[in-house]
Amino acid sequence: MKGARRSHGPLDYSRRLWVRITLWLSFAFLYAPIAILVIYSFNDSRRNIVWRGFTLKYYERAWNNDSLIQAFANSLTIAFFSTLFSVLLGMLTAVLLWRFRFPAKAPFEGTVSLPIIIPEICMGVAMMAFFTRIGWPVDLPWPLNLGAITIAHISFSFPFVAMVVRARLARFNREFEEAARDLGASEWQAFRDVLLPYMKPGLIAGALLAFTLSLDDFVITFFTAGPETVTFPVKVYSMVRFSVTPEVNAASTVLLLITLVLTTTAILLQNRSGRD
Amino acid sequence: MDSWRKNPLVFWVFAVPPAVWLLLFFLTPLALIWVFSFGEKSGLIDVHITWTADNYMRALDPLYLQIFLKSFWFAGITTAICLVVGFVLAIAITFAPGRHRPILLLLVMLPFWTNLLIRTYALIAILRTKGSVNAALEQFWGWGNGLLALLGVEHLQLLGDRFEPLHLLYNNFAVVAGLVYVHLPFMVLPLYAALDRMDRSYIEASLDLGASQLRTFRSVVIPLAAPGIVSGVIITFVPALGSFLTPDLLGGTDSQMIANVIERQFKSANDWPFGAALSFVLMYITFFAIALRSVWSARRDAREALA
Repeated sequence: MKGARRSHGPLDYSRRLWVRITLWLSFAFLYAPIAILVIYSFNDSRRNIVWRGFTLKYYERAWNNDSLIQAFANSLTIAFFSTLFSVLLGMLTAVLLWRFRFPAKAPFEGTVSLPIIIPEICMGVAMMAFFTRIGWPVDLPWPLNLGAITIAHISFSFPFVAMVVRARLARFNREFEEAARDLGASEWQAFRDVLLPYMKPGLIAGALLAFTLSLDDFVITFFTAGPETVTFPVKVYSMVRFSVTPEVNAASTVLLLITLVLTTTAILLQNRSGRD
Repeated sequence: MDSWRKNPLVFWVFAVPPAVWLLLFFLTPLALIWVFSFGEKSGLIDVHITWTADNYMRALDPLYLQIFLKSFWFAGITTAICLVVGFVLAIAITFAPGRHRPILLLLVMLPFWTNLLIRTYALIAILRTKGSVNAALEQFWGWGNGLLALLGVEHLQLLGDRFEPLHLLYNNFAVVAGLVYVHLPFMVLPLYAALDRMDRSYIEASLDLGASQLRTFRSVVIPLAAPGIVSGVIITFVPALGSFLTPDLLGGTDSQMIANVIERQFKSANDWPFGAALSFVLMYITFFAIALRSVWSARRDAREALA
């Protein structure tokens, strides 16, 4: 230990051996299962975990699995509409909380953060009870039959969008908006030409977040989905319950890739919007 | 900030859509199961509201109390493991060279954004009897036997006559491993945020004045990182306590958590009032944990204002 201490300063904790070992072991723990899942989606063997050569046949099989593709299409459709509404509602909430003083503001703020806080299972069963009880029609044509799931997704996504947009607004210099108003811009013009462009990076980051949240959600969807409205995670769940198959690996790899691209973009955007 | 009265029309344009949405599609569903929790089951999925407290009483039944305790136990162990490992990770990131920091942070955050179901499934694939962990162990077993053969003692069968795979799946171990796997990033981020804000000259001063690294850690780093520790513990413990998917897919029959019982009441057992009562107990525990944190930080602020 004495010899090691000479090579780095007392505060260079990140260079200490045991810190490094913990760091690499943790990353191995976090990434190895996912890496193995991806690698075996290309393995030309059904059961065996020994590498038997590269193949794309499980991707082909997943692609030809109609119910899997239908579930994927459902997930993307739900995520699209959920994102659209979440961004709109999230933006309104963020501007509302940032700009106005109003009675019952604290309870309102608390209620908006509730969907983020409460356990997913509670929200899931509440949504299930709600849609069953109000007699939400179940036999609508596609994509209207995805309505219940989409509504549930909007309810838990828009508070996250509001949070992201509000963080961006906190750094806004209100004098710009006031200047625009002084120069004769209407309320709407000032919003459209000054506030909206400023919020844009936050809105994009919020949209990517809402899209990922919707695409990834299992628990709440599990309780609102019917036999005709299976989403990708719900489909994978039923396949996993049945057995571990390379098709699931292939389909999961595709979904991982999508979320990876989306979140990296969101994080980069947020870092950039934090800098200027 | 403007008063809403200054421009009521604009205020309503911003206020009505989110308020109506929350009321219709969030508060109403919650209110519905709150009312259900005081009802009695009648028919297949019909609920008769009698304002009885029986469902809450039933939650105190030893059978369910034990599941609550088990959930607390799982969430507690998970939080403890995440705290220890997360602290080391947060320190490693905080004191890493500036150019490495964003990459390390991204590496911690990415799994957090990948699909929970896929990550759980990935764990199944490596933990199952014919999974990667057992394959690696079998390989080591083979090498160990090879070594023994070289030493000429293979006939003693010191490592057993054949490889016995470990049962790593469908038990409590798998649930805790899965919970740690899922919740570790939740812990690292607030700890990192707290450590990053910390003024390093305090640590230097402590070391210069002759305190050991351990003493400095205990008396300087931990108190300064306390807000991050409290936040990290809460945001790890709360979702871990309400976990459904991890115990469902990785657990055995005796590693069910409270969310699994709730799910059963709503799906197969069709006892919505009881499921609703359990949901609200879980929610009250969540609120209590969050309130505890607010009380703690208010006290801390008050103490700091006095000091």
